[in-house]
Amino acid sequence: MKFIDEFQDLKLASELADRIARDSSRPLNLMEVCGTHTVSIFRHGIRDLLPPPISLLSGPGCPVCVTSPADLDRAIRLARHPGVILATFGDMLRVPGPEGSLQKARAEGADVRMVYSPLDALGLARDCPGKKVVFFAVGFETTSPLVAATVKRAASMGLGNFFVFSVHKLIPPALRALVSSGESRIDGFILPGHVSAIIGSGPYQFLAHEHRIPSVISGFEPLDMLQSIWMLVRQAEKGEARVEIQYRRAVSPEGNRKALACLQEVFCPVDDRWRGLGTVPQSGLKLREEYRDWDAEFHFDLPMVASVDPPTCRCGEVLRGAVRPSQCPLFSSSCTPENPLGPCMVSSEGTCAAYYRYGVSEQGRRRAAMKFHSDKVRTDHHRGGERRQ
Amino acid sequence: MTTGEGRLVPEERIALAHGAGGKLGHRLIRQFFLPFLSNPCLDRLDDSAILEVGDVRIAFTTDSYVVDPLFFPGGDIGRLAVYGTVNDLCMGGASPLCLSLSLIIEEGFPLEDLARILSSVGSAAQEAGVQIVTGDTKVVGRGGADKIFVNTAGIGVIWDRAIQVSSGNARAGDQVILSGPVGDHGIAVLAQREGIFLGDEIRSDTAPLNGLVRDMFRASKQIAVLRDPTRGGLASALNEIALQSGVGMVVEESLIPIREPVRGACELLGLDPLYVANEGRLVAVVRREAAGKVWEAMRHNPLGREAEIIGEVVADHPGMVLLKTKVGGKRVLDMLAGEPLPRIC
Amino acid sequence: MCIAVPGKVVEIREDGALVSFGGVVRLASLDLVDRVQEGEYVIVHAGFVIRRVDEREAEETLALMREAGLEIH
Repeated sequence: MKFIDEFQDLKLASELADRIARDSSRPLNLMEVCGTHTVSIFRHGIRDLLPPPISLLSGPGCPVCVTSPADLDRAIRLARHPGVILATFGDMLRVPGPEGSLQKARAEGADVRMVYSPLDALGLARDCPGKKVVFFAVGFETTSPLVAATVKRAASMGLGNFFVFSVHKLIPPALRALVSSGESRIDGFILPGHVSAIIGSGPYQFLAHEHRIPSVISGFEPLDMLQSIWMLVRQAEKGEARVEIQYRRAVSPEGNRKALACLQEVFCPVDDRWRGLGTVPQSGLKLREEYRDWDAEFHFDLPMVASVDPPTCRCGEVLRGAVRPSQCPLFSSSCTPENPLGPCMVSSEGTCAAYYRYGVSEQGRRRAAMKFHSDKVRTDHHRGGERRQ
Repeated sequence: MTTGEGRLVPEERIALAHGAGGKLGHRLIRQFFLPFLSNPCLDRLDDSAILEVGDVRIAFTTDSYVVDPLFFPGGDIGRLAVYGTVNDLCMGGASPLCLSLSLIIEEGFPLEDLARILSSVGSAAQEAGVQIVTGDTKVVGRGGADKIFVNTAGIGVIWDRAIQVSSGNARAGDQVILSGPVGDHGIAVLAQREGIFLGDEIRSDTAPLNGLVRDMFRASKQIAVLRDPTRGGLASALNEIALQSGVGMVVEESLIPIREPVRGACELLGLDPLYVANEGRLVAVVRREAAGKVWEAMRHNPLGREAEIIGEVVADHPGMVLLKTKVGGKRVLDMLAGEPLPRIC
Repeated sequence: MCIAVPGKVVEIREDGALVSFGGVVRLASLDLVDRVQEGEYVIVHAGFVIRRVDEREAEETLALMREAGLEIH
């Protein structure tokens, strides 16, 4: 596939990896802030190609993971309203909140539908005039302009039964909160490619000017990530701090102005609660007054509830990059992909899910603990040391 | 409540994930079924049971088909039911002889659809060279079943004593051969079910593999394992072999064939093709010295034209399958965990 | 977080563009971009085109990567 295959070239990958090894002389903690980057790093075994001084941390880049439990509960409440169809992206279905998950609500009779695009939700509203279709709008700046465009379409169609419950969030304020907290040492940021395709590189300049942290806007293929890491190493070695664009085939410094205009027309920034980061100023998006007719929060009674994270779940710290999944006591023992206790394990882009699935050392420990069939005594090659004479 | 590594306690209920062909289903079998039903034959947990009856070895298998939707690009539940059971038999090294066909039909099910399905069963049986020799039909009230459930049981014979296939037979040094591209069936069914139009390029690969298997054994009897990667995909099948044999595996991502449209669909839906079900493919673990011959024989068969040797069995990290990625990295290729829900965001 | 896939525009229609992803063709809305032409590559996220792919930049990026390799040898 064009623009994917070329960026997976083995030879170029190994050359870039050599270059990184050659040029890096000091330990570097690099944080990536995008669930898709987290997955890409694991799927392609990128860590394997990096020299030991370079450490990759995952940040709060999974919109499913950072949605607060309170908002999830409100979505479940919406779904339970008679006559309501709650439309959501697949990832949100299994996230466990204090009142259960959307999937559980569905099993109990709520009308919850999985969609692949906000336009699907709009279609549902058009096809089911007797129902109220609420789109549970989760996502960062890659997704929110799409929802804005969909709301505008609903407005132009005069649709009175389509609503948006927005829990959209903005990345730059979250980055600000992260670096201001000083909790983890971050020596460089791998910035999200598609969010930046929309917002451009301007919103990240504070990282360089106010905090002297190098950052690179990266594509998602393995060569993109390796090149971005190399660019960060180069900046760090030279003592520079700039915002560079590696993903130049999709990101320009000014971003996508049309999409941004659409976004700004429909949504306005508000203070918002993130799982793991608490309240971050001006980091959420709600519909503007002019679009109130399509705002679920205006149309339905959705009282704000207090957000409660499960006591032992350390998703918050994982999301800030403060701990690795293996440091959470629940990781892999009671919290697994089959029985997820927190969003970092549920979401296919969650950090914990990625570590669990792809992490070699985690797997090694688990396999060692697993019991094989009792009658399987191998006389030739085998596991761990039982050899029959 | 399940504890992470998974002892199920009595108040736990069956979840959809138990039937997905991955870890949870596996655990269910090991911890619920085997304690009550255990016997040496069952314990091998192969696709078919191999029974010694006098001098003859008989393969016996059963499968239920609950696919939704019933009709999808490239096939339907009837065709699937025949090919699926035929394939389970030949995964045991057997020549399929005959099938039973048992139907549970929901009240109100259109006779026209029943006719379509039975017609498919008939032509599939003919293509596979087997006969439906016995059957049963039950009707349940509306809501008692989802349209129609199909169960087939199959009997085959392993004529040649030299044929010894079992998921527990893999040894270090063996080569892992995949018969063709993966991901087609699961994507076709998902697309049909979700109403996502993906075009004519996406069709189920459902096919009877007995002809291919026969050609492979003609080339060499040194085939240790045969497995068809259905639910849970290629990744789960490889893991099952690694676990049952107590060996490790290393597989090269760049050698795994995947059709371009399937790749495109997977990219769009956020799915990993290595976990998507296949219905017309097999994985063979073959002794090193015979691998080349077997691979060549596969390539001469229409269902094996794109066969590739994708990796090998190793003594290290027993029970674990490692994937060498396209860019030279390494990661674990785990069994399917939970349910694969397509990602968007 | 943002699965967006590059594909080739095969047809422009009134309701959007038909985009091919390795042979799988899907409709994507053009609400968020300016004119897009048949034969161009675009990036699609959740049913919308969010950006054209700048092929020249893609080539330059690859060239930079190749250069990085050359510098070692």
